[in-house]
This record gives sequence, structure tokens and C-alpha cells, in this order.
Amino acid sequence: MIANRTEVILGRTLLILALILTVIPLVSMLSAALAPADRNPTGIEWPSDPQWVNFVTAFETGNVLRLMGSSTLIVLGVVPISLLIATLAGYALGGLRVKGGRGILIFFVLGLTIPFESLIIPLYYQSQAMGTLNTQWAVIFPLIGLFMPFSVFWMRAHFINVPPELGEAARVDGASTWQEFRRIQLPLAMPALSALAILLFIWTWNQFILPVVLIADPLNRTVAGALTFFQGQYSLSIPLLNAGALIIITPAIVLFLIFQRQFIKALLQGAVKG
Amino acid sequence: MTSRPAIGPDVLTPGDTPASAVAGSRTPRRATAIAVARRATLVGWALLVPALLAYVGFVIWPLIQGVQYSFYDWNGVGVATWVGFDNYLRVFTDPDLLGAIRNAFLLIAFFTVIPVSVGLVLATLIRSMKAGAFASISQTILFLPQIIPLAAAGIAWSWMYAQTGAVNQILSGVGLGWITRSWLADYTTALPAVGLIGSWVLTGLCTVLLLTGIGKIDVSLYEAIRLDGAGWWREFFTITLPGLRQEIAVLVTLTVIAALSSFDIIYTSTQGGPGRATLVPGLSIFRIGFTQSDVGLASAFGIVLMVLILIVVLPIQRLSRTESR
Repeated sequence: MIANRTEVILGRTLLILALILTVIPLVSMLSAALAPADRNPTGIEWPSDPQWVNFVTAFETGNVLRLMGSSTLIVLGVVPISLLIATLAGYALGGLRVKGGRGILIFFVLGLTIPFESLIIPLYYQSQAMGTLNTQWAVIFPLIGLFMPFSVFWMRAHFINVPPELGEAARVDGASTWQEFRRIQLPLAMPALSALAILLFIWTWNQFILPVVLIADPLNRTVAGALTFFQGQYSLSIPLLNAGALIIITPAIVLFLIFQRQFIKALLQGAVKG
Repeated sequence: MTSRPAIGPDVLTPGDTPASAVAGSRTPRRATAIAVARRATLVGWALLVPALLAYVGFVIWPLIQGVQYSFYDWNGVGVATWVGFDNYLRVFTDPDLLGAIRNAFLLIAFFTVIPVSVGLVLATLIRSMKAGAFASISQTILFLPQIIPLAAAGIAWSWMYAQTGAVNQILSGVGLGWITRSWLADYTTALPAVGLIGSWVLTGLCTVLLLTGIGKIDVSLYEAIRLDGAGWWREFFTITLPGLRQEIAVLVTLTVIAALSSFDIIYTSTQGGPGRATLVPGLSIFRIGFTQSDVGLASAFGIVLMVLILIVVLPIQRLSRTESR
């Protein structure tokens, strides 16, 4: 087309370089994970005798099953409720356009810039007072709140673009607000909802600072938060640490590879709207 | 000092329907319409309640608590004493804390400048990638760092940067063996090294987003300016850059927030060390609050961090909004 040959070649070369740079750390992890557990590995090399058993050791000593269970519990506690209440609020703001909605929207959007670090100290004493400290609830409740600004904003952005005629038509036919919401609005919202579900899943699964601060036992944290436990556990064995870390990141990567189109779309939209 | 999240119900009272509107209704039909509208408002507010409860209870209320803590000297268990603005004064006079703020701003070079520049260069050179296997594989790979927890990126890179790690291996391989070192343990290289982990995480996102953006720019604009005999630079500054304004504003906002509030990567790679070479506000707050049990100072630093982010991010937002008109 209009791009000339040199540009195309230069672009391709740089792109391939960027791709290699992106993959190198992961390859380096794999290379270290396959080295003998009791020795210090060197750089990236295909080991003459790959120690796949390291993954088994890391899986067992790292209590990976329990960690996955704990993470899943936190995800199940955060994502469905967040989706539900954000959809309701988004519908009120974007679909019903309630009076005073603009102020509420601004109130939510202001929360987008609050860094988690600014809240960890009060959240700690709050969960202590509530008696949830050191349980998964200590992370679940605040995460729902912290995800609200983005989620409400996201769902409102969807509902505001639904032509009001659709709802009016339903109401003329005698549908109640609930019926209209259930039969018309919800099916239309499915793409926005599933993208939001993907984003909330990644953000929860990879959440680090809240579990580290609010849950003392690493085995009750998210997998990301438990990585510190791995670091302590395997401080003497780089191969086992890398094997453990690889196991931890695998489920998310597998999900990503299966649903990559949806993931990438959601992440791109998420970046633009956030 | 501590208390349960008392959520002010006053925040949630429905918006008043103007009484005059009701009084002015004559025909029964209009009255019904108003009743319906009024009910819709009520239903609307009812739908907002759960989201507001969660947000106020676990974000706004803690924030207010944080502001309150920041005016006290408190170790988390004993009696709190009012100290006024002392904690804030300490944030802006303690060299360690100022150093942490400085480091956070230096990280912007790695979290924002590098990813956005690299993304721009790649996007302009490739411009529109034809949909195909190579394009989709590239996109998938570029997105991998977005899926991996930042904490895991910290672990992966600590090993990359280790004395026997891949970075030194590659440097030795290209004849730069003399600069090899333990990158995260060296006072002068630790911060840039940690920053480059951020570049690694964010460059893919920036590239893909900018590529998507550049694909939306009208191709005829490029054809026209080429016919005009414009060179690469003029093309870049008159068409590409203005066309990508929105995307760039978004990415700058996103990555600046990531730089100023970095925590995960630092926690798993350097813990702020060596010395305080890579100490950042997030880690400082964590340490002061939970290791040194100086809750007031940690809270004050948290508020300062939030205000700093607002000060940096709000102008970017305004810029993108006014210019896009």
C-alpha cells in the first residue's frame, strides 16, 4: 500500500524484536524451572536433563491446589456481585437516567484515580473492626467497592447507547420496569457484561496488595498474593521458585489463550474507557 | 479510632420530585404520567443503592478514615494523639519519603515514556497490520504481560537480572561482558532495571492500542500528504500524532497512575532496595503503616499520594477533552 518497503521491513523487524523481548522472561523462567532444584541455574539454556519433577515438587510444597481454591473463592465472591450491582446502577444512570444521576456518576468516576495504597491502612483497621481480617472476606468486600467506579462507568456507557425507543416499546406493551430490564435490556447488555466479567476476573485473580495486607496466611490469599509465600519458601532454590511461579500464572494464561479475542477486546476497551 | 462502616443513609435519599410539577397536573392522564416518572426515579435510585453502599462503605468511608488518621499520632492499638499537620510536614521533609516520591516520578520515564514511544514507533511503521496469523499471534504475545500478575513479572525479572541470569548471559554473548552485574543489587542500576520491568509490562498494551487507533485514521489523509511530498516527520506530526491524541491521552493517564502507584513489581523484585534506591510511595506506606506501626504518617502519605496522582492526571484528562473537539 502506501507504506514503503523500508518502513515495512523496519516495522516487521522491530515488531519481531518486541515479540522476542516479551517472551524472553517467560522462556528464562521455564529454563530455570527445568534446572536441577539444588543448583543455581545459568541464564537461558535447554537443560540436558530437564527436571520436570520440579513442577510436581512446587505444586505439592506450594499447596497450589489450596491456593487455587482460595483464589477461586475470592473471584466468586467479587465478580458476580460486582457485575450484578454495577449493572443495576449502570441501568439506573444510563437507561433510566434518574434525576441527579450526573452527580452520582461524577462521584463514582472520581474513585477511578484513588490508588489502592491510599486505602490499605484504613481498610486494615476496618476489616479488623468487622472481624473479617485474615479471611477472604477482607479482600472480597473492599474489592467490590474498589471495582464499582469502573464497573458502574462501564455499564452506564453501555446502557446510555441503547436506544430509549426499545424500552418505551416494551412499556407501551405493558411491561413493568423489571420485565423491560429482564427481557430487553439484559440480553442487549451481554457483550458489555462478559467483557466486564473478564476484566474483573483478571484484576481479582492478579490482585496483590490487598491480600498481602489483609490476609496474613498466604494460603488464604489470591494466587498473586501468595507469590510472596513462594519467594520465602523457595528463597534457596531458583528452579523451584520459577516452577512455582509458572504454575501460578498458567491457569490465567490458558484462559487467555482460549478466549484471547474476548480478552484483548475487553482489555482494549477497558483501557480506553478507564 | 476504628469503627464499623457507617454508611450515611442521607446520601441515598431519592431525588425530590418538584412538588409544583405534581400540583400543576390537571388531567388524570398527566397525573399518571407523572406518577410513572416519579416511580421510575424511585426505582432508579433503589437500583443505585447497592453499588453506592459498596463504594461508600469500602472506598469513601475508608478514605475519610484515612484523612482522620493522618492528623493523629497512632500506633494502631494505643491511644491516638492529635498532631495537626505534623504527619504531612514529615512526608515533605523526611528525605526517605521524598526519595520515594522522586523514585515514583522517575518511574514515569519507564512506565509511560518508553512504552508510549515504542508503541508509537511500532504503530507508525506497521500502520495497518493485515489480519492474519502473524497479526493475531503478535497481538496475543504482546498481551501476555497483561495477563500475568505484576508480582510474577517481578519474580521473572529478578531472575533475569540475577548475576547468572539471562540479561548478563545476553550481554556477554554480544561482547558486553564487562558491564554485567547483579542489576537489582547495584545502587545505580536498580531503579532503571525495575523501571524496565514496567516497560516490559506496558509496551505491548500501548502498541496494540495505538495500532488499533492508527487503523482508524483515514488512509486518504496519508495518501494526500504523500502526494504533497511530505516526509516521514511531517506525516507523523500532522496526521499520525493528532489522530492518536485520544489513545495517547488514555495511555499516558493509565501508565502514569501505574508508575506513581507501583507496588507489586517492587515488592517481589527489590523490596525497595538496595538501601532505598527503589523505594516507592506504595511500599513506604506499607512499611510505615504495618512494620513501623506509624499509622498517622502512613495515612498522610497515602493521602499525599492520591493528591499527587490527581494533580498529574487531571490536566492530561482536560487536555484530551478540549483538544478532541
